[in-house]
Amino acid sequence: MNGIPWISVLTAVPIVGALAVLALGGRNKQLTRWVAMGFSLLALLLTLLIWHHFNGASGAMQFQERHVWVAMLGADYRVGIDGLGLLMLLLAAVVVPIGMAASWQINDRVPLYFALVLLLQSCLFGTFTALNFFHWFIFWELSLIPAFFLIRIWGGPKRAPAAMQFLVYTMVGSVAMLLAFLALFLATHTFDFTELAALAQSGQLMPAVVAKLSGHRFMTQHIAMLIFAGAFLGFAVKVPIVPFHTWLPDAYAEAPTGTTILLTGAMSKMGLYGILRILVPIFYPQMQRVLTPLLWLAVATIVLSGYSALAQKDLKRIFAYSSINHLGYCLLAIFAVLKFTGNDAALLSQKYAAMNGALLQMFNHGLTAAAVFWFIALLEKRSGGLRGRGDFGGLRKVVPVMAGLMGIALFSSLGLPGLNGFAGEFLIFKGVFPLAGWAAALSVLGLLVTAIFILGVIQRVFTGPLNPLWVTMSDLTAAERWSLAPVIALMFALGLYPQMVLAVTNSTVMQIVQQIKLAF
Amino acid sequence: MTWIVRNLWLIPALPMLAAGVGALLKQGSRKLAASLAIGSMGMSFLLSLCAFAHVLGHGGPEMLNFGWLQFGTEWLRLGWVLDPLTAVMLVMVTFVGLLIFIYSVGYMEHDENFTRFFCFLALFAGGMLGVVIANSLLLLFMCWEIVGLTSYLLIGFWYANPKAAAAAKKAFIVTRIGDLGFFLGMMWLYAQTGTLLFYDGGAGCMEQTALAHMVAQGTVVGMAASTGIALLIFCGAAGKSGQVPLHVWLPDAMEGPTPVSALIHAATMVAAGVFLVARIYPLMSAGGATSTALQMVTWVGATTAVFGAIIAVAQYDIKRILAYSTVSQLGYMMMGLGVGGVSVGMFHLITHAFFKALLFLGAGSVIHGCSGEQDIRRMGGLRKYMPVTFAVYAVGMLALCGFPLFFSGFWSKDEILHAAHGWSISQAPFYMGAFGALLTAFYMTRQVYYVFAGASRLPEEGTEHAVHTPHESPAVMTVPLVILAAFAVLLGFIGTPAWPWFQAFLDGQHAALNFAAFHGEGLLPVMFASSLIVFAGLGAGWWFYGRKPIMDADAADAVGKLQPQIFSVLGHALYVDALYRVTVQRLNAWWARACEWMDRWIWNGAVQTVKYTVLGLAKLDDFVDTNVVNGGFDEGCQTVTVGGLILSLLQGGRVQSYMRMIGAALIVLVGFMIWSAR
Repeated sequence: MNGIPWISVLTAVPIVGALAVLALGGRNKQLTRWVAMGFSLLALLLTLLIWHHFNGASGAMQFQERHVWVAMLGADYRVGIDGLGLLMLLLAAVVVPIGMAASWQINDRVPLYFALVLLLQSCLFGTFTALNFFHWFIFWELSLIPAFFLIRIWGGPKRAPAAMQFLVYTMVGSVAMLLAFLALFLATHTFDFTELAALAQSGQLMPAVVAKLSGHRFMTQHIAMLIFAGAFLGFAVKVPIVPFHTWLPDAYAEAPTGTTILLTGAMSKMGLYGILRILVPIFYPQMQRVLTPLLWLAVATIVLSGYSALAQKDLKRIFAYSSINHLGYCLLAIFAVLKFTGNDAALLSQKYAAMNGALLQMFNHGLTAAAVFWFIALLEKRSGGLRGRGDFGGLRKVVPVMAGLMGIALFSSLGLPGLNGFAGEFLIFKGVFPLAGWAAALSVLGLLVTAIFILGVIQRVFTGPLNPLWVTMSDLTAAERWSLAPVIALMFALGLYPQMVLAVTNSTVMQIVQQIKLAF
Repeated sequence: MTWIVRNLWLIPALPMLAAGVGALLKQGSRKLAASLAIGSMGMSFLLSLCAFAHVLGHGGPEMLNFGWLQFGTEWLRLGWVLDPLTAVMLVMVTFVGLLIFIYSVGYMEHDENFTRFFCFLALFAGGMLGVVIANSLLLLFMCWEIVGLTSYLLIGFWYANPKAAAAAKKAFIVTRIGDLGFFLGMMWLYAQTGTLLFYDGGAGCMEQTALAHMVAQGTVVGMAASTGIALLIFCGAAGKSGQVPLHVWLPDAMEGPTPVSALIHAATMVAAGVFLVARIYPLMSAGGATSTALQMVTWVGATTAVFGAIIAVAQYDIKRILAYSTVSQLGYMMMGLGVGGVSVGMFHLITHAFFKALLFLGAGSVIHGCSGEQDIRRMGGLRKYMPVTFAVYAVGMLALCGFPLFFSGFWSKDEILHAAHGWSISQAPFYMGAFGALLTAFYMTRQVYYVFAGASRLPEEGTEHAVHTPHESPAVMTVPLVILAAFAVLLGFIGTPAWPWFQAFLDGQHAALNFAAFHGEGLLPVMFASSLIVFAGLGAGWWFYGRKPIMDADAADAVGKLQPQIFSVLGHALYVDALYRVTVQRLNAWWARACEWMDRWIWNGAVQTVKYTVLGLAKLDDFVDTNVVNGGFDEGCQTVTVGGLILSLLQGGRVQSYMRMIGAALIVLVGFMIWSAR
């Protein structure tokens, strides 16, 4: 629009902010924090402007920019967003200020902390807008670095192994993915997602790869699945999908809570985004062959992580598992949609519902999880870092406002109608039930167990006799209340009027679903 | 479309708004909070009367549907409907609600969270009225969950009491178990019919086309899709309405303040399940008047009716007796729906709402007068101190027992029994219902003798649990009681066989006064039999508890003395809770631990195995590097792993080799690919 490279500007804003924060140094910590917050709010404002200019009726890429970068490698700088991209930009733009607000009490190496957060935001923006594997991958990998240091430097007692596990585990996934794309590049000489998807749809992609790389009989038969497996692993670790999830509880629990917000609110969506943007269009024929096991994995992700959350005692670990559980519903929807290739209109409508639900759930989970962890940060601030489920008791007596507002966030996580969590889950189940009834029926167990552990948290933390340790705990300050207010308001707004998000996603979802149909 | 249909949404929206504003009020704004709630409820009541008057003239259903969200090219629509069923429920909920709101001003006077209480009450009213007007199963479900939330909040209102907190959680989770069935049923219904609107000018899911489609559709187990859907949705109704085996939360819900027990856990919310079945009755009866779904409803209802009544006999807590009585009466309503249809079940729902609210508020007045005492063994002789409460309580008790001719409970219960008598499948529900009626008269007589007759057994002044002399409650509490008592009598006369106005209204017909109707098939014998049963129950109650005044709080129960073991089993509510504790709860906890264990040892174990294998290989590689290959290869590696080395500065020794391994592997693989591509 108007010739302004909106997306490049947006991606640059946090980087500029990071440099500014570093330049300011650590003399005036409060100023540093506010400058960082200012830049993240500026990014939010820019995203809102983009949303304003975005044409929701079109499922095509908008705000496109394209420049030749490394011609030999086919590495163009190509960015653009559709409804999915915009939704993720909005989410990243909302979650980062929340993460910063929840990190306000961090006092050690403040400029570095906030600079890393801003750098991470830039990587998120880059990942969600890139349309060429080459620089998409740079952003994708680069995002690990700030995340790693945020955990490594400011984390809890077991931060070193947690950070290392996080880095290595996700990097192994990434390396596998890189190899897969190198193979594709060797065969096609392009890294461009759109071109690769077009080749895949015309059925030329994998034959070309096979022709290029076949040296051995084994390779000829299995190269396509191998390449798919490599790419899949990268995303499966990131989402995560059970059993590739074991890095997550440790990373979420050991990270400073402000960083956990970034990890769960925004970074966890990178995996799902990648599946939708990259895996589905390019690897659909390969994926098609393993969708039944994938659906099982989605159900396992939902149920096992829900029950694991029930067995946890640390609040952050509880909601780390809960995060896996919530994203499991998105996986369930995506895999169920992919599984059925029929063309009849009724089925198509179910697919639209499930896919829209998945996108809505991605946004809602980001918002809700960020809010829940923010409240945990506020609790930690008052308890001197204690955050065991059993460390509190009866807090509602001394901190009624916090109890009330956190209750809202928790019930949003539980999927109470009227708050944001419900509509996404409803649409997912609405679509999945006719597509894969047994999977939907098993997955409702996840809804039940979520209610059990969330009410368990409320019961142990806020009700019962007041734990004498916390008699003097202070309720939310005015500043905290006002900064929480917009988030809570957004939860209600999205709960009552989810069309706000669906107006952005629907056309894109139709595009994605129809693309799947075309592929066969 | 008339004004009232277009603006029907105001009826739930006003209390919701009051709740929203009330949530932002400070603790001190007590008057404002109460006025907001009562004012909004009053306005909703007036609007409900308008709606009722409109339906009297027009019948129904009239609806207004609107798009809520869009997926693909399809809009998911919600809406509201005004038909006789809606109108009756609207008036009942707003009227009983209004009275209970007013009563609460007195009852909760000394509570520090008074403001919050009215906020929750108003939110509850909004949700409940939303359930009533919803023309979409989805909207109904959403409001249904909000009602569940407020029930949770209000049961746990005295949150510092761990028992209240536990009861609140239990209520939410047990009803949610039922709701999962409801949720799946809703999904199935949506998949089958493509709409969740009940009425949509012929295209709704409760209309002929959709029903015929569902009946024709078979499922894997050989039942029609309509039956499967109806049974799943009925799970939700059973959870909310405390039907066996999901009744366990309702007695515990008595931990909440008594007005809450009256409004939510007796008059309105627990009846929402019955209302839901009435709302989807076209679906329930899609396979005929004795469809599998309706048979299920009947059997569950009849079982619950006996089950609740039999446990109520051996309870000592004044509210728990009423709670089990509610369970039992909800069973009657379900049974009425199953054997006789919407009007039979709904008539009992409406009369029960009034007399049970009356009983609970009366019990509240007693508890209030006795400074919080709830054990009936420690009451006694209160007739003297609380004459108004006693009088209205007696009315409520007689209505609940179904005392012939003059009390509403007689007419509504009799209609259920009559319908059960004529049920073509089996006579068992009739006998179960009759047995339940006998028990009802018995346990209510027992309760009244314990509480109001005999000698006062309240702990003496100066002892440990001393209470002040019991006192009558203030007018703000007794006036609502008197009004409810009047309705507990009068309501019966709108649904007698001679003038079945209520039934005709629900069916959209006009009823004429016709005394000859009493001579209808089997009517008088059933009425006669049920009257005898009531007298037998009252008489037995008198025989055990009234003949000799109960003097001592520690004296054994007169029936308990006869059969101490059975009485103790009943006193423990047949150990259902204990059964769930050792089965469902234990299994759940075990499975959670198993998942945690798998996480730690299997999934993470696999990862650790890979990790140590790679580390071992890296060590090997390191060894080969330093001892076999010269430094040149190392240098090559290092240029690639610069990033890794920076990181590994932070680390101990092992990681360097780990990073190097990845780098080396990467180089080899890239090299291989470039080479093979040439």
